[in-house]
Amino acid sequence: MATHAHTDAVHDDHDHKPHGWRRWVFSTNHKDIGTMYLVFACTMFFVGGTMALIIRAELFEPGLQFVDPQFFNSMTAMHALVMIFGAIMPAWVGLANWLIPMQIGAPDMALPRLNNLSFWILPFAFMLLLGTLFVPGGAPAGGWTMYPPLALQAGDSFPMMIFAIHLMGASSILGAINVVVTVMNMRAPGMNLLKMPLFVWTWLITAYLLVAVMPVLAGAVTMLLTDHYFGTSFFAASGGGDPVMFQHIFWFFGHPEVYIMILPAFGVVSEIIPTFSRKPLFGYESMVYATAAIGFLSFIVWAHHMFTVGMPLAGQLFFMLATMLISVPTGVKIFNWCATMTRGSLTFEPPMLFALAFLFLFTIGGFSGLMLAIVPADFQYQDSYFVVAHFHYVLVPGSLFAIVGAVYYWLPKWVGRMYDQKLAKVHFWLSAIFVNVLFFPQHFLGLAGMPRRIPDYATQFADWNMVSSIGAFGFGFSQLLLPYIIIKCVKSGAPAPARAWDSAHGLEWELPSPAPFHSWETPPSAAVIARGAEH
Amino acid sequence: MIRTIQRSGTAFAAVVLALLAAPAHAESGWHLLNMPVGVTELSKKIYGLHMMIFWWCVAIGIVVFGWMIWAIVAFRKSKGAVANTAMVHSTKAEIIWTLIPVAILVAMAVPSARVLIDIEDARNTELTIKVTAYQWKWQYQYLGTDVAYFSTLAHESNSARELQSGIDPATVPNYLLDVDNPLVVPAGVKVRLLVTAQDVIHSWWVPEFGMKKDAIPGLVNEMWFKVDADKTGRYRGQCAELCGRDHGFMPIVVDVMSREDFDAWLTARKAAVKQAAAAPSTSATIS
Amino acid sequence: MSEPREELRRANARLGARLGLMTLGSFAFGFALVPLYDVFCTITGFGNQKALAQASAVVPEVEDDSRTVTVEFVAELPTVGNWVFRPVQGSMQVHPGKLYQADFIAKNLTGHDTVAQAVPSIAPGNVAGYFHKTECFCFTPQKFSKDEERVMPVRFIVDRALPKHLDRITLAYTFYDQSIGTGS
Repeated sequence: MATHAHTDAVHDDHDHKPHGWRRWVFSTNHKDIGTMYLVFACTMFFVGGTMALIIRAELFEPGLQFVDPQFFNSMTAMHALVMIFGAIMPAWVGLANWLIPMQIGAPDMALPRLNNLSFWILPFAFMLLLGTLFVPGGAPAGGWTMYPPLALQAGDSFPMMIFAIHLMGASSILGAINVVVTVMNMRAPGMNLLKMPLFVWTWLITAYLLVAVMPVLAGAVTMLLTDHYFGTSFFAASGGGDPVMFQHIFWFFGHPEVYIMILPAFGVVSEIIPTFSRKPLFGYESMVYATAAIGFLSFIVWAHHMFTVGMPLAGQLFFMLATMLISVPTGVKIFNWCATMTRGSLTFEPPMLFALAFLFLFTIGGFSGLMLAIVPADFQYQDSYFVVAHFHYVLVPGSLFAIVGAVYYWLPKWVGRMYDQKLAKVHFWLSAIFVNVLFFPQHFLGLAGMPRRIPDYATQFADWNMVSSIGAFGFGFSQLLLPYIIIKCVKSGAPAPARAWDSAHGLEWELPSPAPFHSWETPPSAAVIARGAEH
Repeated sequence: MIRTIQRSGTAFAAVVLALLAAPAHAESGWHLLNMPVGVTELSKKIYGLHMMIFWWCVAIGIVVFGWMIWAIVAFRKSKGAVANTAMVHSTKAEIIWTLIPVAILVAMAVPSARVLIDIEDARNTELTIKVTAYQWKWQYQYLGTDVAYFSTLAHESNSARELQSGIDPATVPNYLLDVDNPLVVPAGVKVRLLVTAQDVIHSWWVPEFGMKKDAIPGLVNEMWFKVDADKTGRYRGQCAELCGRDHGFMPIVVDVMSREDFDAWLTARKAAVKQAAAAPSTSATIS
Repeated sequence: MSEPREELRRANARLGARLGLMTLGSFAFGFALVPLYDVFCTITGFGNQKALAQASAVVPEVEDDSRTVTVEFVAELPTVGNWVFRPVQGSMQVHPGKLYQADFIAKNLTGHDTVAQAVPSIAPGNVAGYFHKTECFCFTPQKFSKDEERVMPVRFIVDRALPKHLDRITLAYTFYDQSIGTGS
């Protein structure tokens, strides 16, 4: 399909956009592709959310009421795969598409046809992945981590899952390449690296992480595939392989992957907090260095996901110390955000509310992360609900809240209309309360000894599970407000000015609202860049 | 602060429960908020470490959340706050909030490393038991004897856990945490477990013992514990690594007996094996 | 006007291609991790268990009879009922530096001729570097005719450099019948 793209929509042609389905299928425009990414992510968010609600419904009370344990295991595995590769990552790529060209003074992404391809791979990948729900043997049920030998016990879903992961990986790699080329080659004259907004910086580092580790995941799952079908024994002890090696390779990908999901969130928060504090970001350069430090450290901490596999003392100590070290640059970021608010002039519009919730709740996730780094204590926490609570605190009020905050921040720029801020505040309060009702009790459950990934539990865990499930349903249904608010805004929002928030800085706010189809046809002048770059 | 959160969480949940008129459970779990102190030498050290890190986090939390709340309260535009746009950078401040966390990390890392070294010291164990995980049961083999047996989910739990079984789990004693043949170990003795698996990866976890260890096919892992001499009793745990369909249904129960009781038990078991053995003993074939 | 555009397009394609190469490099690196893993295990003292399946060239050492280490032998069967496989002795007291022999007995009950491969494992794992085998039935696949019973030796030396905090080593073998699919 991409080969036809140039005949219909060469991206630097004149301003008329193609109409109908061709506009979307053959699109090479960064905004249209960004929109498609975001719509796709939102759809997958509700698919993955439905799976989460199936899980929480089953866990509402002890005993098995609704689903078979095998299907329950499929739900936990699929929920993770859909949320990580279908919701969070595409949402970030969508935001990158929308924002990076506008923020660096470029007309579009550097490689528009590649951009089209990288998006259109995704629906096929997820048709394959979700298709596994309907094949004999059911969907993958060995966890999203796919540890062999368990993962190899899957039925027909196995090659479909592997191929889907290959496609998702290819899509994110192409997206990442596009981001790097755009940032490196397409910046307006005068927009040097240390003038770039932090969202661009964090995405640049994220993109490098993606290029470095997604292929490693592709390699690992390829080895699983050949172990299953072609008689190799990379991970089969019977043939001289080692199942633990898979875990090492997987987490060599998996840990940077965690930062791939959270670094752009740091970027978004670094844009929102200064705007609503009416004050430039505190310590811009140290933010950039802290991001780079986190990116680097993410490569040397992978084994903290597997302290219980039996490692020698030296290994445990090394991975413990390296992991603890990550809290230093992360702490620098938190302190810088606090310092940005200090002596500011704060208002609390919806994007700011989400950014503040991020600040509080991500910090809680950081604390539990620090606790998990302590190896002896990790022998208790590992594979318990404490871990579930930890990574959901980092991913939901972390990544997800940042994504929602970003949407509420830039939506007026995208559509040229202001959304219903009152309703968005209702959305915020419901989300912020229920997310804690949902995940905070899971800390207690894990500490008290409830393992993760179980469909049924002993009766002493019943009370907190019920609270958690109530939180889950509250949280899940409140999210329906998001698409409603967006649709209402697109249809009937009041017109928004070019600078939708009075103190917003950055080149995107120098463009009219809604942003023109091609962003900066002529590069912004030095004066405009200087005005925009007051971080 | 955490207490307040916990208490308000409890209160909130209690209200919700009352509203839903949920069936009262035989044993309430509201008190389950923290890691058990446990009954072994190591579990207590691990608990101490856990609490130490927790209080560090509370202390840091007071500073960080305090700062955030202060900023949010004190610098509101609605209260007439005017932004100081010149405040963009302070090398001194940035060095301080890099170095202080590093110092705190060192304070955390040193005791952690000490406990870790204690955990790794597996000298002078008196009893070795091989734990082999299967989908979905455990096998315990007392090395040096022919005593070996399987340990599977107790019958009552097993019937109640069927999909829509119609049996209220609250009526089942120790629902999902009961087995037919528990592991038996002596108190006050350093016991070494050799943990392995036959099919997929499992993980042996008894929270009261402070630790878990992965059971990996083709590999033998070791772990040890020494239950306090006065802590005889029954301790329960579960498989902690996803191992397929019935991962949630392969619990672990350990009977900790006094040394004398244990010796008597083992002697009786050995005699029973001898009686049953018509064929020559084959420690590795499954009895 | 179109001249610099064309140039930019070429520059973009070049950088894109370079990143594409980086991607390929990362993919290859994923596979390179397989051999690197063994190297990593050896250097870091993780214990390279794969080295246990190969004869090590051991320089004869002086026996250290001031120190005694218990070596336990464990036999594992992944399939039930087809084989007898057990150590002759459950454990041995050994002095580091001295060559010892231990025997395992295997009997084929599968009802046909077959080949089996023993896969060694040692606990604690980081001992692998201190446990040298000059001869072992795990070095090669073992042919068994129907109902054959055989004693198979392993000859080993525990290194004198074995860390002082260890007084017990477990040598385990899992006996995989090659004619039965065991998970792979």
